[in-house]
Amino acid sequence: MALKMVKGSIDRMFDKNLQDLVRGIRNHKEDEAKYISQCIDEIKQELKQDNIAVKANAVCKLTYLQMLGYDISWAAFNIIEVMSASKFTFKRIGYLAASQCFHEGTDVIMLTTNQIRKDLSSPSQYDTGVALTGLSCFVTPDLARDLANDIMTLMSHTKPYIRKKAVLIMYKVFLKYPESLRPAFPRLKEKLEDPDPGVQSAAVNVICELARRNPKNYLSLAPLFFKLMTSSTNNWVLIKIIKLFGALTPLEPRLGKKLIEPLTNLIHSTSAMSLLYECVNTVIAVLISLSSGMPNHSASIQLCVQKLRILIEDSDQNLKYLGLLAMSKILRTHPKSVQAHKDLVLQCLDDKDESIRLRALDLLYGMVSKKNLMEIVKKLMTHVDKAEGTTYRDELLTKIIDICSQSNYQHITNFEWYISILVELTRLEGTRHGHLIAAQMLDVAIRVKAIRRFAVSQMSALLDSAHLVASSTQRSGICEVLYAAAWICGEFSEHLQEPQQTLEAMLRPKVTTLPGHIQAVYVQNVVKLYAAILQQKEQAGDAQAAQEVTQLLVERLPQFVQSADLEAQERASCILQLVKHVQKLQARDVPVAEEVSALFAGELNPVAPKAQKKVPVPEGLDLDAWINEPLSDSESEDEKPKAIFHDEEPRHAKQRPPEADEQELARRREARKQEQANNPFYIKSSPSPQKRYQDAPGVDHIPVVQIDLSVPLKVPGMPMSDQYVKLEEERRHRQRLEKDKRKRKKRERERRGARRHTSLHTESDEDITPAQRVDIVTEEMPENALPSDEDDKDPNDPYRALDIDLDKPLADSEKLPVQKHRDAETSKSPERQDVTVMEKKSKKPKRKEKKHKEKEREKRKEEAEKEEPGVNTAVTAPKEEQEEPRGEEQDAGEDGEQDLEKKPSKHKKKKHKKDKEERSKDKKKSKKRAPPREGEAEPVENGALDEEPLPSMSSYSLLAENSYIKMTYDVQGSLQKDSQVTVSMVLENQSSSFLKNMELNVLDSLNARLARPEGSSVHDGVPVPFQLPPGISNEAQFVFTIQSIVTAQKLKGTLSFIAKNDEGSTHEKLDFKLHFTCTSYLVTTPCYSDAFAKLLESGDLSMSSVKVDGISMSFQNVLAKICFHHHFSVVERVDSCASMYSRSIQGHHVCLLVKKGEKSVSVDGKCSDSTLLSNVLEEMKETLAKC
Amino acid sequence: MIQAILVFNNHGKPRLVRFYQRFPEEIQQQIIRETFHLVLKRDDNICNFLEGGSLIGGSDYKLIYRHYATLYFVFCVDSSESELGILDLIQVFVETLDKCFENVCELDLIFHMDKVHYILQEVVMGGMVLETNMNEIVAQIEAQNRLEKSEGGLSAAPARAVSAVKNINLPEMPRNINIGDLNIKVPNLSQFV
Repeated sequence: MALKMVKGSIDRMFDKNLQDLVRGIRNHKEDEAKYISQCIDEIKQELKQDNIAVKANAVCKLTYLQMLGYDISWAAFNIIEVMSASKFTFKRIGYLAASQCFHEGTDVIMLTTNQIRKDLSSPSQYDTGVALTGLSCFVTPDLARDLANDIMTLMSHTKPYIRKKAVLIMYKVFLKYPESLRPAFPRLKEKLEDPDPGVQSAAVNVICELARRNPKNYLSLAPLFFKLMTSSTNNWVLIKIIKLFGALTPLEPRLGKKLIEPLTNLIHSTSAMSLLYECVNTVIAVLISLSSGMPNHSASIQLCVQKLRILIEDSDQNLKYLGLLAMSKILRTHPKSVQAHKDLVLQCLDDKDESIRLRALDLLYGMVSKKNLMEIVKKLMTHVDKAEGTTYRDELLTKIIDICSQSNYQHITNFEWYISILVELTRLEGTRHGHLIAAQMLDVAIRVKAIRRFAVSQMSALLDSAHLVASSTQRSGICEVLYAAAWICGEFSEHLQEPQQTLEAMLRPKVTTLPGHIQAVYVQNVVKLYAAILQQKEQAGDAQAAQEVTQLLVERLPQFVQSADLEAQERASCILQLVKHVQKLQARDVPVAEEVSALFAGELNPVAPKAQKKVPVPEGLDLDAWINEPLSDSESEDEKPKAIFHDEEPRHAKQRPPEADEQELARRREARKQEQANNPFYIKSSPSPQKRYQDAPGVDHIPVVQIDLSVPLKVPGMPMSDQYVKLEEERRHRQRLEKDKRKRKKRERERRGARRHTSLHTESDEDITPAQRVDIVTEEMPENALPSDEDDKDPNDPYRALDIDLDKPLADSEKLPVQKHRDAETSKSPERQDVTVMEKKSKKPKRKEKKHKEKEREKRKEEAEKEEPGVNTAVTAPKEEQEEPRGEEQDAGEDGEQDLEKKPSKHKKKKHKKDKEERSKDKKKSKKRAPPREGEAEPVENGALDEEPLPSMSSYSLLAENSYIKMTYDVQGSLQKDSQVTVSMVLENQSSSFLKNMELNVLDSLNARLARPEGSSVHDGVPVPFQLPPGISNEAQFVFTIQSIVTAQKLKGTLSFIAKNDEGSTHEKLDFKLHFTCTSYLVTTPCYSDAFAKLLESGDLSMSSVKVDGISMSFQNVLAKICFHHHFSVVERVDSCASMYSRSIQGHHVCLLVKKGEKSVSVDGKCSDSTLLSNVLEEMKETLAKC
Repeated sequence: MIQAILVFNNHGKPRLVRFYQRFPEEIQQQIIRETFHLVLKRDDNICNFLEGGSLIGGSDYKLIYRHYATLYFVFCVDSSESELGILDLIQVFVETLDKCFENVCELDLIFHMDKVHYILQEVVMGGMVLETNMNEIVAQIEAQNRLEKSEGGLSAAPARAVSAVKNINLPEMPRNINIGDLNIKVPNLSQFV
């Protein structure tokens, strides 16, 4: 054994470490792969050794090799071994390797659950940190489910380093395990106000990430974020919040109005360009969301656009890029304001930087109008010719198509021009977007009836030209356009000038080199053409020519029959037989044209892409119901072997289906007919297809417009589309002249004297009439199509699962799964409330481990009863509940009863302390719900309690009220800001007027001052950041700075506002008196009993006491009242005696001993400031007197 | 969210690869290669943003990069990140490296890939920005280094000695390899945080 160890350490000396490996690889440049494979063999040897250091070293080297592209998943198990090493050095290596190569498919990952849990609860913060970091990279749904609770506990860790990591990783947990979002959300929200800026930033980060996907669920957080925005100085946090507001404002325009001012302030004050840019961005978002109702914001939009122009003109390319990016956001809603800067955008198209060119392209989309479309596209076409990279050229191509086809070809006045642009685009080689062009050609030809003649002539030219067919050998996408060309020529063959020529072009031997699906279309459309030609020839009485065409087909079709593509082959052989049959008929001089044409009778209408989905399910049709009773499994299983081993038994032995009688059949037939009649996709038989063809509305009724061929179609050396630009310009010019003439006449007729020539042609879009009477056929939708906006949602979107309503109370089923102890399984105490504040001031790390488990359990319980907060009927009083009071007794003195958890009783004691602490916190949280029951001092045997429910308590008290508005308020201190209190004021509009421009002002005293925005004087009011429609209430928060907190204060103040109703608006005001009690400076702070004892022993506290008689309320309710109204927490409670603790915002400790006698309660207090204590006790006396 | 962080040198050799989304190794290498080709052909005086397109994720993603001496630092991020913010973050990261390695150069990244990862872990976690305050980052790194030192480190002293002996025969010591201007000069940019 010893020898082995010595040997191990000697081997170890010759191991390569990471540096050696890197060095080695650098020295073997020629045979790197070989060298690395050697190294991997060595590593495999090292991994087999027992020494963990050797293993860690090997794993470290593997991580390096992973970076070079080597798969190291084979070492996954060894990585886990290293992760579980006790030394931080090794653990860190293990987790790093895991984070680089583990993923959901790694099967050994499930072995890590317990190791990670252990590391998460490790006493060393860096072990925990490393585990969190690693987990963030490879968390799987299983890990997320199993560890969610542990991580949630860590969110309240004492070390900010752990807290921030735990908060951040929660996002990953939510993604993998969406069920955890609701239980964890309250705590996450709480972290937004964490004293550590890093933790705060992490929480903002996570919530922003969540809200970005499902903003509406997070609207309720807006006031909180608003507060953060005005108070935070961390640019990262600010940027995130401002971005978040950008996402929220479209949902809540009122928020936008509130935002404008602070944002503009930020824009002026910040020196960080990043923050400035995001502010501008959000202002834009706000303006966009506001502009619909408020016309006066267009000035602000202009201002933003001007600012962005400055950015775009900046020499810093980064700013230029971002300026364009932001500009494109304005474009979506305010194209007009952006259009003014067309020059700038076009200029950016020539920038040397591709990123900038692409952004400029995006902007072009919104700049086009009927007037300038041709000009812009012309410019783009020259760019297409110049572009070097195919990606940029492809991008140009898609943009051209995008801007032309946008909103149903809105800007195209001349479709001939558009078709010729499309044809020009087919000359691009190596583009991937052939199918795009093809789709456009098809779409235009089908939907713009007037253009078909022209389209067909262009398409036949395309079919004729050789370059497209030739390109198919290069496997580039451009040959796709032939698909469209062939189909258009076939379908609209009646417009073809020389169908025979086109037919021949389509039957050339070279065509067989095209991809199969195009060949198939060729075959099909060859027949359409053939039918048209037959018709033409027969009508002309030229039987000879008709037979020649048939002969041509019979000769050429076999080349498609040999096609490798199944569909082309199938169609071809089918059609070949058909044509041969026609040939036979023709030989007998039978006229066939009519019948062949009938094959393609009727017109194809464009169908909307979503039409199929939108067909409503007919009433009474249950798609899930079986049509026939399913065969039972046994039957089908029995039958098969029989067929194999027996001779076939005569079938008639089997049960026949019961014969339906005539009536039943008739009824079914009728029902079927009904259904078919309602089904738009059921092709109904019509009396005579031939007749239909002739009656078809399409052909004759198409408004065919004669093309004015004043310029010959083809000018050598000049791209065709340019001619159309010219033609179009001339046409418009003519139009304008005519119109001017008309106008002038009219004007002259109207008023002779005033002469105003409109020599400037300010033609607006509406003035330009399209060249053709364009009849754009809309896509067909089934009747009664269901309107649905869910079409665009991707069902596979991982973020969809996180679209969860966070305001609903937690349900029983929503608790996070927790590693359970036996006794914990039954625990379902309905008495716990939300344990949200988990700021542990304890400095006892040895407790931590226990606490985690504790909190897990509490968490569960708390979730369990959130659903039924007021339910006090403890009929099913669970075990846990009975156990607790017992525990308290133990705390009081006796120790070590039988231990249900089979843990050392020492731990148990701690646990119970903790329990109480939680409970006290619970009470504080009970503001909005019915308050919880307090744990019983006397052991409860059967669980039937004679509890009276607590009266509902509200900490909000009335401030002032008049016919317009009612104000209630609550004052709260925060431990983080030692001389500030926040006054939350609920303003309720009681009138039928709309209240706006609310402003709050107070007369500051020497001791207490209202915090006003920077730069305003002491006499200025603070605007209330919202308006109140009738019947609505909202909460505003105001911060006051207090110097001395030992005495109560009163501040006089006024709320002024404008009340607006149908009759007009009046200026109103309401005076009030704000009362800052000493209690309001106290902040509920948990305290452990030992710390509490020490505090009392220290002797630097002064003492005072008070007694109140005539109290009938139960002791528990008295305590709850004190906790709730005076912000205390219960430290310990024995029978009818309890110690309580609280702390003032300036750090005074306040300790109470509350004793209940017969009909009376006495309170002894100790506090570091005697005045404060006596004031608090006075206030408490008042509260108790009301009991 | 940050989707990937890539560091490679002027020749496209990866120095740090950190994907926050699973890609098989060969795809990772392909992404590195393509990204390298994308940034290589860009001048230093054009903008630092690049639309990644089909590379990772799609149109929502952007490549944001900075070029320091011999190294490119490329972050692939989605639209929830502020572009200029990420540029500043890269700066913070590089300055942190500079502090931790004392005048960082490419060789430091080559031979201490693991340490670079540990530093990065304190800046970005699971694709989300963890900390932007450089002093805080450096403090945590140093605390962890101390912890590691107290445990004796990965390679004990004897192994070091042996590897030094082994190196005597090497034809070329890496320190002699000329990679040009090695020191990443950290320009004095406006401080972000």
